[in-house]
Amino acid sequence: MSTLAKASAATAPGAGPAAPFDVERVRRDFPILDQEIHHGKHLVYLDNAATSQKPQVVMDALGRYYGADNANVHRGVHRLSERATEAYEGARRRIRQFLNAGEDREIVFVRGTTEAINLVAHGWGRRFFKAGDRVVVSEMEHHSNIVPWQMLRDELGIELAVIPMDDEGQLELEGLEELLTARTKLVSVVHVSNALGTVNPVERIVQLAHARGVPVLLDGAQAVPHIGVDVRALDADFYVFSGHKLFGPTGIGVLYGKAERLEAMQPYQGGGDMIRSVTFEKTTYNVIPYKFEAGTPHISGAIALGEAIEWFRALDLAGVEAHERALLELATRKLREVPGVRIIGTAREKLGVVSFVMEGVHPHDIGTVLDLEGVAIRTGHHCAQPVMQHFKVPATARASFALYNTASEIDALVAALAKVREVFC
Amino acid sequence: MSDLRDLYQEVILDHSKKPRNYRRMEDSCSRAEGFNPLCGDQLVLFVKVASGIIQDISFEGSGCAISKASASMMTGAVKGKTLEEADRVFEHFHKMVTGQPGDPFDAEILGKLAVFSGVCEFPARVKCASLAWHTLKAALKGEGQQVTTE
Repeated sequence: MSTLAKASAATAPGAGPAAPFDVERVRRDFPILDQEIHHGKHLVYLDNAATSQKPQVVMDALGRYYGADNANVHRGVHRLSERATEAYEGARRRIRQFLNAGEDREIVFVRGTTEAINLVAHGWGRRFFKAGDRVVVSEMEHHSNIVPWQMLRDELGIELAVIPMDDEGQLELEGLEELLTARTKLVSVVHVSNALGTVNPVERIVQLAHARGVPVLLDGAQAVPHIGVDVRALDADFYVFSGHKLFGPTGIGVLYGKAERLEAMQPYQGGGDMIRSVTFEKTTYNVIPYKFEAGTPHISGAIALGEAIEWFRALDLAGVEAHERALLELATRKLREVPGVRIIGTAREKLGVVSFVMEGVHPHDIGTVLDLEGVAIRTGHHCAQPVMQHFKVPATARASFALYNTASEIDALVAALAKVREVFC
Repeated sequence: MSDLRDLYQEVILDHSKKPRNYRRMEDSCSRAEGFNPLCGDQLVLFVKVASGIIQDISFEGSGCAISKASASMMTGAVKGKTLEEADRVFEHFHKMVTGQPGDPFDAEILGKLAVFSGVCEFPARVKCASLAWHTLKAALKGEGQQVTTE
């Protein structure tokens, strides 16, 4: 039996009830958090929407794979290749369980959210869209859910329609039905906004779209690290996310697609592993998901992502959610008390993100001062320039939280903002 | 150890709050736009050159304290200089902000611009400090198009 399989058995959910969520115990799983980042300043990592940190089990899984099980998948007759294949496909199964997808073959490994959306744009869009067809996105999309469709627009002559948002940063769904014309071929929207933290009413969006027979892609990059996602309950046609925001390695992500959707799609890249047979006259493609996994995949990344998901699922997820909600509420309340601070994005339903600006101080300067206080945040347009344009700001400062953040780290953020005022105001 | 005051010196803060030569110039002989996609800094630079000398220079735009102060102080530093002299200042400035902390620089040529010597300790901010200068170079070459720091 492989060392990977043994390790996973020990942490499988269902082995017993999860212990109540304890942030201090969870932090011990993340060695990176315990460091002095500048002289006398302990790291306060509040840039989780950009990428999360990795628990030790994920790093161990990478090491174990390369140290004990490394071989190519799906082709070896030898024992190592069998083990690597077993671990790789085991990771696919774990992701299927995590998303509550119906079948393992509905899980396609990709590099990340961006590649997943591009895969759908190519495999579904190029195959089925014609000039005059329409794709509906929202005003709060990440560039990765705008640009692939614009490229198709320029290539095929499709049009891009945009669900507007209000000044709280909430989608205005009243107009959605009008956008869903007979020529609308796809609705592609973000589940949780990376720039604002807004949780969109994706169930309602799916219902409205499906009522008109329009399939829906949901960008779950900022949702999956915080809440349980059930793709079947959502009835999403496609659901995509990145592993590195979910405590896994970079370079691995997931496209979930309903089997019949994936089967209808044309392949993305041609090469090894995605074929059944090749002659110079004709190639027969492999079945899903392998049809979309040309070449040697990111085996170690997939396995380590599976491990990250097992680690996450073994936690008391209700406790995690309560903890994160409390953090966001605390941060919102305390930031409102800082003179000159304006929070950008005040939707009723938010997760994980507080975006803000400070009167008289550019976000980039806020970021530098905070960094010297040990507080890591993101500043800029967050790859969502239309959101910045809506709120008429060039950029924002963004603090984003993960389950390992603490109330005292929010205090550190607020104290560092006082320092910003000291310098600039 | 990099310190806040190494970067945000009083002179820099002063120029960022009250930028000099901050105005539109209708009769400029060349202009160029600078853009830093990373942080959204944007500026338009106006230059008037006669007999090989920068007679007048001004800018408009929005950006962080470093980029604003750098544009403001640059206009002061190159006004009245020949194109060759301005180019030489840029070379020295660029070397200073992209060099190693503690590297020597020519205080005589750089003058007040030496306050930006702390920028080299903040790699993420080098582009902020050099945006105005790259834009000046484009304006003087008559390239006219938008300059980005990417």
